[in-house]
Amino acid sequence: VCFTLGGSDCSISFVSHVLGKVCVRGRQKEMLSVLVPGLAELSRADCIWQRMCWRLLECVPERWMEAVLLGFLQTAPGADDLSRLLGNLVVKNKKAQFVLTQKVLLLQYCHKTAVLQNLLGYLSLDPLRRPLLVTVLQELLETWGSSSAMRHSPLEQQQYISKAILICLSHLKEPEIESCRQELLTSMMEGVKCHLDSNLPRIRRLGMIVAESISVKINTEGPALKFQYEEDDEVRELKSLLVQTTPCSAVPSLPDEEENEEAAGLPSASDSDQKSPTAAPLLPAEDSDSELDSDDDLIPYDMSEDKELGTKAPLYLRDCMEVLTGCEDVDKWEATVKALESLIRKNPAATREVSVELAKILLHLEEKSCVEGFVELRQRAQVAVLTTDPIPVAQYLTSQFYSLNYSLRQRVDILDVLVLAAQELSYPNSHGKTKHSVAPKPGIQLLPGSDSSKDWRRIVDERIKSKTRRIATLVSRLCVSLGQAQVELPSGPNEFNSVAGHFFFPLIQHFDRPLTTFDLLGEDHFVLGRLVHTLAVLMYLAVNTLAVTAMGKALLEFVWTLRFHTDSYVRQGLLSCVSSVLLSVPAEHLLEDMTEELLETQSWLGDVVEKDPDGDCRRLALQNLLLMENLKKKLPLSLPS
Amino acid sequence: MALPPPDPQFVLRGTSAAVHTLHFSCGGQEPDIPILFSGSENGFIHVWNLKTRRVDTALDGHGRNSVYCVETMGSKDRLLSQGRDQRICLWDLAEGRMSVTDSVFTENVGFCRCALLKVAQGRWLMAMASKALEEVQVLELPSKTSVCTLKPEVGAKLGMPMCLKLWQLSCGSQPLLLAGYEDGSVVLWNLSMGKALSQLVCHQEPVMSLDFDLEKTKGISGSSEKVLSIWSLNEQQHLQVYRTHKLVNAGISDITIRPDKKILATAGWDHRIRIFGWKKMKPLAVLDYHTATVHCVSFSDHSQPSERLLAAGSKDHRISIWSIYNTQT
Repeated sequence: VCFTLGGSDCSISFVSHVLGKVCVRGRQKEMLSVLVPGLAELSRADCIWQRMCWRLLECVPERWMEAVLLGFLQTAPGADDLSRLLGNLVVKNKKAQFVLTQKVLLLQYCHKTAVLQNLLGYLSLDPLRRPLLVTVLQELLETWGSSSAMRHSPLEQQQYISKAILICLSHLKEPEIESCRQELLTSMMEGVKCHLDSNLPRIRRLGMIVAESISVKINTEGPALKFQYEEDDEVRELKSLLVQTTPCSAVPSLPDEEENEEAAGLPSASDSDQKSPTAAPLLPAEDSDSELDSDDDLIPYDMSEDKELGTKAPLYLRDCMEVLTGCEDVDKWEATVKALESLIRKNPAATREVSVELAKILLHLEEKSCVEGFVELRQRAQVAVLTTDPIPVAQYLTSQFYSLNYSLRQRVDILDVLVLAAQELSYPNSHGKTKHSVAPKPGIQLLPGSDSSKDWRRIVDERIKSKTRRIATLVSRLCVSLGQAQVELPSGPNEFNSVAGHFFFPLIQHFDRPLTTFDLLGEDHFVLGRLVHTLAVLMYLAVNTLAVTAMGKALLEFVWTLRFHTDSYVRQGLLSCVSSVLLSVPAEHLLEDMTEELLETQSWLGDVVEKDPDGDCRRLALQNLLLMENLKKKLPLSLPS
Repeated sequence: MALPPPDPQFVLRGTSAAVHTLHFSCGGQEPDIPILFSGSENGFIHVWNLKTRRVDTALDGHGRNSVYCVETMGSKDRLLSQGRDQRICLWDLAEGRMSVTDSVFTENVGFCRCALLKVAQGRWLMAMASKALEEVQVLELPSKTSVCTLKPEVGAKLGMPMCLKLWQLSCGSQPLLLAGYEDGSVVLWNLSMGKALSQLVCHQEPVMSLDFDLEKTKGISGSSEKVLSIWSLNEQQHLQVYRTHKLVNAGISDITIRPDKKILATAGWDHRIRIFGWKKMKPLAVLDYHTATVHCVSFSDHSQPSERLLAAGSKDHRISIWSIYNTQT
């Protein structure tokens, strides 16, 4: 497209119309990928081209403005180019302002970070436009901090908004921050509260990073807010947004350099102090006097027994219990904690005598001194007690779960221990000695102490995959099994069979009864989420047990009452519960005893697939629907679908 | 294939208190009986007959205060003992007597064992920690006249002297003193001038014990940390660290080099006695018999090398006697 420079007034509005129409039709990319770089090039040098570009865009009709602007945002090479191309369009044109400050930032979230950089950089480059930057930041923070927005918007949108906030912060200068410091602080406090309340770790992390960045900006003197979280690529990417690397950025780089110099100056000063004047230099060890080496005649004795001296742990379980409850000797306490699990496993009869008391001691055991891996040691000891004497200890633990005055950590511990013990009991020959149990089917290993819900999701997924494939390969499998002898895996009785009910039903009983310190349906939705995931796992492990049908029925009812819970972690747990029920309860029982529940669940799942804001929930619901389809295929007997 | 460590040749029981110090006197010819002196926490000095392996006499001279040093002066009839009653007693044990002939009131409430050196027939030098915190006093025995008082310079902050060793290069040359202090340094003192010749920081923790090899002018010190420090003295009387040796468990109560300078033994807080080759600090054996911290080790002075013994006294009231690495010339 060439323009004739004749000095006469050309009418550009025709070109604007063409441009608008093309963009609205969806051909932005092809047209603008040629046009925009060309224009950017030309406008860098020449003011006239700049003004022509502005005129071009001003004449684009309102109904096509959005498409054109989006196209420009996506194809512009940088914020300063965009600034030259658009001029003060955003201030002059109402539609443009709406699109750029509201629609792109708050209503859409599909755009890449580069688009955000372009947009916000554009807003920051001209004094006329800067006030818009401040307004934009305030609106972004309002959305970021609102808990209802958080609950109903997907993770991707929250990430998008967080990125926008960080980029805005990086563009703002001191005086501007000064003027809105109070509002920034209030929004940050509110927002961080909602974010930390969430059950999903990624959302918590987003909240933490944004809050840290805001606090750094508003508190230039004094310590800034600092959270602890794991650094990974996502975190690093977000943090890199805070630093603008373009030369015309507003962030002053001089104070940073000064800080770096000071920091570099300090270590060198302290180094020189450390050299003590009285330490003598070391002579090199002389190996040269080997002439008369009568030392060689002296043959050393075996010194392999020479190890570090440690306090010995007590050899009897009751002694251990005494040490743990009352002993002041820290070394002995440490040695006891380390030796406890193996003692419990070696003396099952002795353990059974004192199981409930030992479980009580372990549940209340606090870290007295800095033992490495204390949490894991305690958990393994608890699992050992539970597997040695399942019924009384399970009764004790489940009753304590719903009792007063326990910390959230302790309640979650109870759940974790129940899961690990159930796993151990249901897979025979996997003694707790090896951390990982070799399951005959999916060989996924569970590390105690990690976030079990993720791992179990993987296991369930594998199971689902294996089940759905089975139908296709059924015929080939039959041929194979007829032809070859099967390899016998070592087997033993499933010990979880007799105790599954004791693990499961007490947990499900009192969830709707709030206590003064513990309200599952209210504040403590984190524990509710963990409880739901635990129930899903217990259900999964109860396959082939006698109680499985009763458990399945109870679980489906439980899911039904909670299905509209606002927390997405809880909903994911509920969907995992449904998966477990579908996988564990034999198909005949499902279809005979639980037809109504199944139908109701199916309609709910359909709803979730379409309307749930959380991507994981939708995926799980879809899987469950697939499983249900498979069920129907399996037994072609009557089932009105 | 290395052999398992040997068992003690025999074990002496009967002190009924922790054993803090040991001293052999086995150099005499037949029909002299080889003797081992032991000082215990209950204030008794037991005289063990190594042939019958029983206590011949028990000397009570420190009013039930712990005895932490015993030495013989020339023969087994002249004994010196140091106790927590702030006294150093000189005993006459000839012909069955058990009397204290003389005593020195040190006014020192520490644990520093005194050091003895024979300078002439009938004349001894004794170095001991004295009343003031960082001072070492040297007395001449039996006259008990003060030869010199060794005071570190002001602000040196050495702390208490923990262990002492008097020596002279050859008979007639000037005596020197090596002292290990609470701050981990070893100082070489010249007694005639009363001045420090050299100071070396060997450890970060107090020096618990040291021993010195005259021939090679090399010494070794042990501390409450996990490191043994070997240092040497060059011609300019200057101390330098030669090497260090890391131990498995922290804490050494006593170190002694065998008179033939082939091996050395350390007494550890981890209940073990360790034997090293002196030349290169090659670990030779770990003797694990005691059930509590070993307070002292001592080599015997048998004239026959094959009869040489190692004794170790421990908090568990036992004295273990070992025969180790003495099958050659």
